[in-house]
Formats: sequence, structure tokens, C-alpha cells
Amino acid sequence: MIRYIAFRLLAAVPTLILISALVFFIIQLPPGNYFDTYVAELQAQGETVDPNKIEYLKHEYGFDKPVVEQYAIWVWDMLHGDFGYSFEYEMPVTQVVGSRLYMTILVSMVTIIFTWLIAFPIGIYSATHQYSWSDYGLTFLGLLGLAIPNFLLALILMYLANIWFGTSIGHLMDAKYLGQPMSWDKFKSIAEHLVIPVVVIGTSGTAGMIRRLRANLLDELQKQYVVTARAKGVPPLRALLKYPLRMSLNFFIADIGGILPSVISGAEVVAIVLSLETTGPLLIRALQSQDMYLAGSFLMFLATLTIIGVLISDIALALLDPRIRLQVRQTR
Amino acid sequence: MDAIPGPLPPDGAPIAHYISPKPFDPKAIEKLSPIQERVYLASQLRLMWWKFKKHRAAVYSGFFLLILYTSILISEFLAPYNLSHRHVDNIYMPPQGIHLFHDGKFVGPFVYGTRYHLDMDTLRREYPVDRSVVHKLRFFCEGDPYRFWGLFEARFHLFCGPKGNDAVFLLGTDRLGRDMLSRIIYGTRISLTIGLIGITVSFLLGISIGGLAGYYGGWIDIVVQRIIEVLQSLPSIPLWLALAAIMPVDWSPIIVYFGITIILGLIDWTGLARAVRSKLLSLREEDYVMAAELMGASPRRIIFRHLIPGFLSHLIASATITIPSMILGETALSFLGLGLRPPVTSWGVLLNEAQNINVVALYPWLILPVVPVILVILAFNFLGDGLRDAADPYHTAW
Repeated sequence: MIRYIAFRLLAAVPTLILISALVFFIIQLPPGNYFDTYVAELQAQGETVDPNKIEYLKHEYGFDKPVVEQYAIWVWDMLHGDFGYSFEYEMPVTQVVGSRLYMTILVSMVTIIFTWLIAFPIGIYSATHQYSWSDYGLTFLGLLGLAIPNFLLALILMYLANIWFGTSIGHLMDAKYLGQPMSWDKFKSIAEHLVIPVVVIGTSGTAGMIRRLRANLLDELQKQYVVTARAKGVPPLRALLKYPLRMSLNFFIADIGGILPSVISGAEVVAIVLSLETTGPLLIRALQSQDMYLAGSFLMFLATLTIIGVLISDIALALLDPRIRLQVRQTR
Repeated sequence: MDAIPGPLPPDGAPIAHYISPKPFDPKAIEKLSPIQERVYLASQLRLMWWKFKKHRAAVYSGFFLLILYTSILISEFLAPYNLSHRHVDNIYMPPQGIHLFHDGKFVGPFVYGTRYHLDMDTLRREYPVDRSVVHKLRFFCEGDPYRFWGLFEARFHLFCGPKGNDAVFLLGTDRLGRDMLSRIIYGTRISLTIGLIGITVSFLLGISIGGLAGYYGGWIDIVVQRIIEVLQSLPSIPLWLALAAIMPVDWSPIIVYFGITIILGLIDWTGLARAVRSKLLSLREEDYVMAAELMGASPRRIIFRHLIPGFLSHLIASATITIPSMILGETALSFLGLGLRPPVTSWGVLLNEAQNINVVALYPWLILPVVPVILVILAFNFLGDGLRDAADPYHTAW
């Protein structure tokens, strides 16, 4: 097992190098750089900038160096824990991202738990009552959640919440609690504002999860060991939960790789519509304004999380499922 | 009764028990009845069609999509007005209901007239219904001129308001007084083709790259695997954003449209390539591939003649399921203002106008383009489900 993990970690190194090159390439692709856009914007507003200052800044951040060298410096600094400087916020990237990280993790965690709470019972129910009206109805409901564009659902729910419950529009808390220390009132305000993003982001994920849980569980339920268990009189609930459900959850563990980065980035578009103080809008804004170190380092961070997530889920799968564990041993 | 059978009767004498006089057919048991023959000897395609027909929702969805795709050929005719025709007297007009009876008499489909009125307190445009004015709908009538398929001038429309009077806006108008129904009908053209072109790009890439990796294995496989891993580890929306930002601002909207579809396809192919690769890896160990190789078939012939038909149906089904994600992706991109740009009009571009909470509160009919989006996505999902079940030979529907 340890050798397997070590091998996987080694294999991740070239992937990470490729990703870093791709990320750097992507953020370099749009013509111009942050300072050009910045100067153009200021000039459009009729203001002037000291060209010497811009020249100095460009030199300071190595914009006059060849691209390859810029890339090397960026990677080298990242390896030393320096993720660069955000031009727009005039703060180190770690601080910009860090200030929003807790709220993002909060929103994402609640959303994931919401998704599981909804998807699990429905998926199991649909699989055990295949082709019944309730199966069709629930599956349809899940599909509907998938089909409605998230941003629009967010808008409509936000409007309804404002009319019915008087929840203030957008943000994660009432404006008066921004920057305040945590208190019971602030907590209540956050909880109130969490509902919409959680429901909106949750609906799209729920549909996919219901479908896969249903399909996997159906495959499992057709197998002979389930028939045997039923025939020898194992109670129906136990015959469902003991093995078939556990087996059908493999896909669920395999999903951890995808969940980890989305916990950090959150749902970008919904967050923009609801003006949530999460990292998603930050990333989108950084990409648009070519705030390259903020965008690049954050993308790199997300990609690294994906790779770690995939590794974790592979190890977890191997630990949980003896068949996969044996395969690993055989291929070695 | 004679318990023990006796010796055979003398030559020529009939045997004691019954013998069928019919000629002996050694294959009698294996012979199929005509009904069985129809099932057992049916081609793969025919079997799939039978299974597909069982899936009601899929059949209806397919039919619905077929109608929509046919409609994009004649959008100009179906839409009552041109895409950019501005009715300056009818800005932000709410949808009108179609009525059939007026004063207890049957008049045929008509709408009531409206009077424009500006609320001086809220500065809101209001259009109270005037029950005394009846605008009868005309069918197959002359309206806004257009160039049909860019070939010839035409003025023919499915229906329009009374002559010389733009008074019929079944789904209301937007902030420039453009008819929503017409815009949604024109938007169908862009939104539906974006999914198709995108999926074609992704399909070609997925099959060829995944096919190479799966068939040859070795270092090609390792490189392809790494590339897929890299692409999949980056979140898709930032990727779209970055790629959409590359497109020069001075490109014409039509080229931007193709650019966006290609971007959607470029990012989507990884999943398909993975599926192709793993299928090929398992299929190339089959005996019939070995047989083909021994007979001297070239790799190209083996891939295209023997391997791809083996899982093409499965691939098409899974591609159908990914079309909705492309349509949704386009709406999300356009919503962020990074996708298509007017005058190219897609459902996403239309929804871009509805991104303000005021719109939801004051002019809720501007979010109507979401209805076709939802319907099309549901339809593609059902169709894809039906196709997938039909393409799966181990899944029997009867």
C-alpha cells in the first residue's frame, strides 16, 4: 500500500508541472496585461497616470522579462510558499483568498450535506421502487433541478425570499454585520442568507447524484447474493443496507476528487448573482481583469486539490473495497 | 394392454404404434416460428429501435426535439416580427392573452388592444387592457421583410397583428420594444446548433484521441492520459472564461459564435476520450480482433470497421446526454457577458437581459426564454436515457 501511494505521489509530479505550464499559458493568453488594462481604464475616465510608476511596477513584477523566465520565477516562488501579489487588491494573494476562504468552505460544506441528505433517501427509494410513479416523479423533480439554469433560479428565489421573508438581497449576511465579530444575531443572519445559495447550488448536484445512486443500486440489487439473502430470509432492510448499498457507494467515494476543489471555489456563477463573499467571484474577476498572480495561483491551488482529491479517493476505494485492493497488488 | 413390447411385426405389416407419415426433418426443433425469426434474426439497429420505442418519454422527447430542429430552418417565417424590429411605442409591454370570444360571440383568435400610460409616480410604463378594441390575428400574412435563407426576399409570416398596426406581442416586449416571442424563436436557432457543433467537435476529438490511446497503448496512452488528467483537474468555468477572453474583441459576432462552440467542444472531449479508451482497451483483447489481425487487417480497418461499431451506439447515447451541459454552458457564459454578443441572439443572450433583480420584480416575462431552455434540456436527457438503454445489449426491455 505504501509503495502504491508513493508511486501515485511521484506520478502526480509531472501532472502538476504540466498543469502549472497550462495555467500560466492560459493567464498569459489574453492580449495585454493588468497594467495595460489599468492604464486604459484610468485614461478612459480622464485621469492620468505617471508612466514612470507603471514602468517601475512592470519592472518590479518582472513583466519586462521573457515569458519563460516569468514562469520559472512564478513556480519557484510558489514552491517557497509565495503565491504572488494581487495587483487589484494590493495585497498578497494568500491574504486575498484567505479572507474569503472560511465563508466559501462554510457554504460548500452545508451545500454538500444538503445534497447528501436529499439525494440519498431519494436515490434508495427510486431504486427499490423502480418504475413506480413515485420513482418517475422524483427522478423528474431531480432532472428539473438539473435543467433550470442555476443563476436564474438564484435570482427568482432571492426575489421571493425578499418578498415573503424580508431577507435582504444578496450577500451572506445583512450589511450591518459585515466586519463585525461573530455574535448570535450575525449567526442568525448568515444562516438566513445561506438557505438560497445552498438550495440553488444543491439542486443541480442532487439530480446527478440521485441518478447515479439509483443506477448503481439497481445493478447491485439484481445480483445473485441479494437473491440468496432474500431467499434465506434476511429482513428486507438489512438485505438492502448491509451489502448492496455499501457496494453502490463506491462511486460516491470516487467523487471526493471532484468535491474537494469545488468546496474551495464554490459555484462561481451563482455566487456572482447572489454577490456572495466567496472565492468564486474573486477568481472570475481576477481572470477578467488579468490580475495574473491571483488567478494563476488560485487555479493552481484548485488543480492541486483535485489531484490530492483523486489520490485520496483512490486510496479510500482501495481500503474499502477488497477487490480493488487485490487488483492493485496484482498489477504491481 | 401389452406391457412388454413384442418383437417387430413381419415385413410389410404396419407397426403397432402411431408413426407420423410426414417426411422426417432433423432440424424440426431448432426451426423458428415467423415471429421468433423476426426477433432472433433482427439486425442490431432494428433491436435498438424496438427497445427505444418502449421508452415513451424518449420517443416524445425525440419528436419534440425534431420539431424544434426543423423550426430553426424556418425561424423567419414562424416569428411574427424581425429579430431587431423595435416597436418604440411598446417598450416593456407585458404578454397578451389570446382570446376567442368577444361579447359572447366567437371571433376567432384575437388580442385586446392596450393603451399606453406612464405612471408619473413610479415612472413605470403601464399598458392597461382596453376591452373595446379587438385586434384579430391574421394567419399566413405579410409582415416584416426578410431574406429567406439569404436567398430571396420574403414577407410571409405564420401570423401577425392587424394591418398597419403592431399590436400583437404574445410574450411581451423587452427594453427596446422588441417582440420576445420572435426573439425566442430566433434564439432557438443559435442555442440548438451550439450544442450540435460543440458535440461534433468534442466527438471527433474524443474518438480520435481516445481511439489512438486505447488502441496503441504504451507511451501514447500515457501522454493522452496525462493531458486528460490535466484538463479535468482545472475547473471548467475559469477555462471557458480564459479561452473566451482570448477571442479578439474585433471579431464579428458570427465568428465569436463559432469560437464559443469550439471552446465548449475543446473542453468537453476528455470524458468521451476516456470512455473510448477504456472500451477499446477491453475490446481489443477480444478474439475477433485477433482474428482480424491474423488476416492482415490494418490498424485503421480494425479500429473503424470492427472496434468503433462495437460501441458507437453507446457513445452516441452518452453524447446526447452531454448536449444539455453545452447549452447550459453557453447560457452561463452569455449570462456573464463572455459568451455570444448581440446581434447574435441565443437564449443565453436573452437571459443576460434578465440578470437584474429588478427585471424579475418588474418585468418577469423577460425570463421566459428559460422555458425553452428547461424543455430542451429535459428532452435531451430523456432522449439520451432512452438511447442508452436501447444501445445496451445486456439491458432487455421486453
